[in-house]
Amino acid sequence: MTEALKLVPKAEAKQSMKDFKSDQEVRWCPGCGDYAILAAVQGFMPELGLAKENIVFISGIGCSSRFPYYMNTYGMHSIHGRAPAIATGLASSRQDLSVWVVTGDGDALSIGGNHLIHALRRNVNLKILLFNNRIYGLTKGQYSPTSEVGKITKSTPMGSLDAPFNPVSLAIGAEASFVARTVDSDRKHLTEVLRQAAEHPGTALVEIYQNCNIFNDGAFEALKDKDQAQEAVIRLEHGHPIRFGTDNTKGVIRDRATGDLRVIEVTPENEADILVHDAHTPSPTTAFALSRLADPDTLHHTPIGVFRSTERPVYDTLMSDQLETAVEQKGKGDLTTLLTGNDTWTVVG
Amino acid sequence: MTSQVSSPAEQAEPAEQPGGVAPPAAERDPSLLAPRRDPSEGSGAKEVRKLERVIIRFAGDSGDGMQLTGDRFTSETASFGNDLSTLPNFPAEIRAPAGTLPGVSSFQLHFADHDILTPGDAPDVLVAMNPAALKANIADVPRGAEIIVNTDEFTKRPMAKVGYATSPLEDGSLDAYRVHPVPLTTLTIEALKDFGLSRKEAERSKNMFALGLLSWMYHRPTQNTESFLRKKFAKKPEIAEANVAAFRAGWNFGETTEDFAVSYEVAPATSAFPSGTYRNISGNLALSYGLIAAARQADLPLYLGSYPITPASDILHELSKHKNFGVRTFQAEDEIAGIGAALGAAFGGSLAVTTTSGPGVALKSETIGLAVSLELPLLIVDIQRGGPSTGLPTKTEQADLLQAMYGRNGEAPVPVVAPRTAADCFDAAVDAARIALTYRTPVFLLSDGYLANGSEPWRVPEVHELPDLRVQFATGPNHELADGTEVFWPYKRDPQTLARPWAVPGTPGLEHRIGGIEKQDGTGNISYDPANHDFMVRTRQAKIDGIEVPDLDVDDPHGAKTLVLGWGSTYGPITAAVRRLRTEGAPIAQAHLRHLNPFPKNLGEVLKRYDKVIVPEMNLGQLATLIRAKYLVDAHSYNQVNGMPFKAEQLATALKEAIND
Repeated sequence: MTEALKLVPKAEAKQSMKDFKSDQEVRWCPGCGDYAILAAVQGFMPELGLAKENIVFISGIGCSSRFPYYMNTYGMHSIHGRAPAIATGLASSRQDLSVWVVTGDGDALSIGGNHLIHALRRNVNLKILLFNNRIYGLTKGQYSPTSEVGKITKSTPMGSLDAPFNPVSLAIGAEASFVARTVDSDRKHLTEVLRQAAEHPGTALVEIYQNCNIFNDGAFEALKDKDQAQEAVIRLEHGHPIRFGTDNTKGVIRDRATGDLRVIEVTPENEADILVHDAHTPSPTTAFALSRLADPDTLHHTPIGVFRSTERPVYDTLMSDQLETAVEQKGKGDLTTLLTGNDTWTVVG
Repeated sequence: MTSQVSSPAEQAEPAEQPGGVAPPAAERDPSLLAPRRDPSEGSGAKEVRKLERVIIRFAGDSGDGMQLTGDRFTSETASFGNDLSTLPNFPAEIRAPAGTLPGVSSFQLHFADHDILTPGDAPDVLVAMNPAALKANIADVPRGAEIIVNTDEFTKRPMAKVGYATSPLEDGSLDAYRVHPVPLTTLTIEALKDFGLSRKEAERSKNMFALGLLSWMYHRPTQNTESFLRKKFAKKPEIAEANVAAFRAGWNFGETTEDFAVSYEVAPATSAFPSGTYRNISGNLALSYGLIAAARQADLPLYLGSYPITPASDILHELSKHKNFGVRTFQAEDEIAGIGAALGAAFGGSLAVTTTSGPGVALKSETIGLAVSLELPLLIVDIQRGGPSTGLPTKTEQADLLQAMYGRNGEAPVPVVAPRTAADCFDAAVDAARIALTYRTPVFLLSDGYLANGSEPWRVPEVHELPDLRVQFATGPNHELADGTEVFWPYKRDPQTLARPWAVPGTPGLEHRIGGIEKQDGTGNISYDPANHDFMVRTRQAKIDGIEVPDLDVDDPHGAKTLVLGWGSTYGPITAAVRRLRTEGAPIAQAHLRHLNPFPKNLGEVLKRYDKVIVPEMNLGQLATLIRAKYLVDAHSYNQVNGMPFKAEQLATALKEAIND
C-alpha cells in the first residue's frame, strides 16, 4: 500500500460496490452525469480495500455536494465552498482516515476558491473530486466560473463577461502535487484516475467533466461524441509520447522558439520530437503548458488523464511529526508543570 | 554589610527552592528580596514609607518598550506577593510615527497589600519617556502625584511635535505635581559606555534604567528580571548584559541621587489570598491553559483552527508552543477556514477550538450555524475589541454579546460564557468546554481586550481539582427498528441533556452522514417535513435552554433596594465601585453573570427582588436589552464605549446617582 493510505486500517472482509451504497434515495435529475460518477466511485472503493468506517466524504453546497449522502461511509454535507477547510481539519487531526472532498465548479472555484488553493499548497492528504459542469445547477442555471465567455444564462441574458478559470491550470499554479482530469461518461478512465489519486500522498485534485443535462446539456459533447473525440481528446499517459487523433496522427511537441507546446501532424521526420508525458517531473511547467492546450470554447485538444503527480511532504504528516518532535524534545506535557510555570509564590493561610 | 545590598546584582533570593517555587510568605521577608535600609544605618540612608497601594503608569513611544517594562515590573510585583491588576494600553500600529500622540503606549499597574479589583483609576506615579507620553497622559494624573520624566527628550522638536510651545518642565504647568526630572537617555548611555554599543543601541536600554529606578523606589525583587533579560537575549549576551547594567544603573541612581529621597514599601497581600501556590497570569494565557487543561480532562486531543487577529492571536501563539500536549494548531487561510478546520476536527473527535475577535466572528457565522445543525462540540473564543468593522483593534469593548447570541441565520441558539477577570479566563474556558462536550454544541467564550492583556495573581489549581470532562463516543447501535434490526441513529438524543451521540469516523457500523440541511429527528436523514422542522428547531432551542448552569449569587449584605448586574470584564470596576458605595453607607446589591445563554435559572427571581436594576456595560446596553426582553424588568443601562474599562470612581458616582434617582 502506498504512503497515502498506509495509516488507514484495511477492510477485514472483501467488499463489493453494494457495501458503499447508502440507503438513501439518489435525487439528482434523471440523466445527470453525477450518477455515473457515483457508480464509478462506489464501484472503485472496494478495490482500495480500506475499512469503510475509515473513509469520509465531505462536500460543500451544490448538486454534486449531495454525493456524501449516497455513500455508506462517514460523511458531511457542509456549507458552500468550505469543504476543503473542514476536510483539512479532519485529515490533519486523523491520519487514519481516507478523506475525500466532493465539490463543483461554483463551490470549489467561486465561493470556495480560497480554501481550494490553500489546501493544494499545503498538500493535505485529501482527494478532491471537482465535478465541473460549467454551470450553476442547484440555483437553476446561472453561469459559473468555468463557463465560457459570452454564455447566455438567466443571470447573463446578453452573455457572460467573465473569463473562465481553467481548474487544472489553477491547481498547478496553486502548487498542487497531483492534478488530473477525466470525464463522467468514461468509467474506465475515471476509475483509473481515481485509483492514481487515491494512492497519491497529499492533495489530489481530480477535475471531472460532468454533464448537466438540464442547464448545460452537451457541454462536453466534443469530448464524448465518438467522431469528434478522436480529434478533441488527448489522453495523457505517463511515459508515453503524447499522440492523439484518428490513427494517432497528431502529436504534441515543444516549440523550440517559445518553449510552449503545440499540436502537429506526426510525420516520420518529427516523430522523435513528440513530447513524452512525464507526470512525475518536479517542475510544473510542462503540466501547465499541457493544461493550456485546450480551446476553452470548442474543447479541442483537451488533455485528460494525470497531468501531474509528484511527491512532496504531506501537511498532516508534517504536523504529526512536529507533535512527536515536541514530545522528544520536551517530554510529554505535564499539566501541573505547565500551570505552575517558573514564577510562583506561596501563600500560607 | 550594607554595601552588599546596594545594588540588585547582589540581591539573592533566599534559599532556592526546587522547581523555582518561592518559599511560603512567612519566610519571604521583603527585606531579603528588596533592598531596604534602616534609617538608623547611617547618613546615606533614605526614608522608607509604607503604602497600602500604588498605581504606576509607564508611558512612552511604541518603540520604547513600555509593555515589556510594565510586564517586568508586574512580574517582580507578583513574585513579591502583592495583589495586582494591570492595564496595558497601546496603539494598533506596530510603530506609529515616533514621538507623536497616537504613538504613545502605556502600561498601568495597580498593586496593593490587600485585594484589589482594577488597574486603578488614576496613577500615583507617571513615568513619561517623552513629551508625547506626558501630554497624552497628564490629564489622568491627579495633582500631587509623582511624575518621572526623561528630560533628554524634552528638546524643541519633540516638544513642538505634540504642541508644547514652552517646556512643561520649565513653564510651571507641572507645579502641582512632584516632578522628578531624570536624563534617562544620557544616564543609560553613560552607564553602558564600556559595552562598545552604538549610541542608538545603548539608548534602547533606557526602559530598563527606568525599570531599575522604579524597582528601587518600590522595593521590588530584582533577581527575576535579571534572569529574564539574560534568557531573553541569550543569543546576544552583550545586549543582555547591557540591559542588566542599565537596570542596575537605574536602581543605583535611585539609591544615590538626592532627588529621590523616599522609597516606598507595599507589603505583600498575604491576607487577601487563600493559601496556595500563586503566579501572575494574563487573560489570554489563562484562557490558553484552560483549553489545554480541558482537553486533558476530557482525554481528547486539542485542535485549534485560527486566523491571526488582535487581540486574540496570543492564544494561537501560546497553544502552538505546547505541541507536546498533543495540541494541534492550524493557522488557516482565513477566519472561515479557521473555524472550518476546527469543525472538521470536532467531527473527528478532537476538542476543537477557534479563536478570534468580533470581525472574525462575523465571518465565522455561517460555520457556527452549521455546528449548531451538526450538533458537534466546538469552542468559539471571541476576544472582543472596539467595533463595528475594524473599530479599535487594541482597545476593549463588550459589544459582541448580541452577535454571539443572535448573529446567525435561522434559529441557531449558542451558549455564551464570559470570564470576569484575567485569571477567571482559565475556569471559564474549562466551563465552556464542559458545556460543549456535554451538550454537543458550539459554545461562545466571550473575553475581551482588557482581560486578554491585563494580568493578576492566580492561584494555580491542583490538577485533581479540575472537573472530569471525559465523554463517551458512540460505539454501537442505539436504536431498534420495528422489525428488530439494531441501527445507529445519529440524531437520537440523550433524554436528559438532549445531546446527540458523538460517533467519530473509524467506528465500525456507525457510518452516517450529517449536514446543514434539516434532518429528520432520530435518523438524521434529510427531511423537509414541516412538522419535523418545527420539532427540530424547538428541540435545539430546548437543548440549549436546558444546559445546567449554577444559580446566580447575589452579594447583598445590607438588604439593598438597587441591584447592579454585570457580565464579563466589568466585574473588577463594578465590584470596586460597589465597595466605595458601601463604605460611604449606600447599600447596593451586586450580581455578576458568567452564563449569558442560558441565563441562570434564578435570574428572573433575583431581578424581581429589587426596586431598581442597573446594568453597566462597555456597549450600548446589550445585556440590558436581553434582560428587559426576557424578564420584562425595567433594567437601566449605564454605558461606556471609549475602548477602556470603567473607572471605579466614575462608576461609583453613576451608581450613586442611579440609587438616588
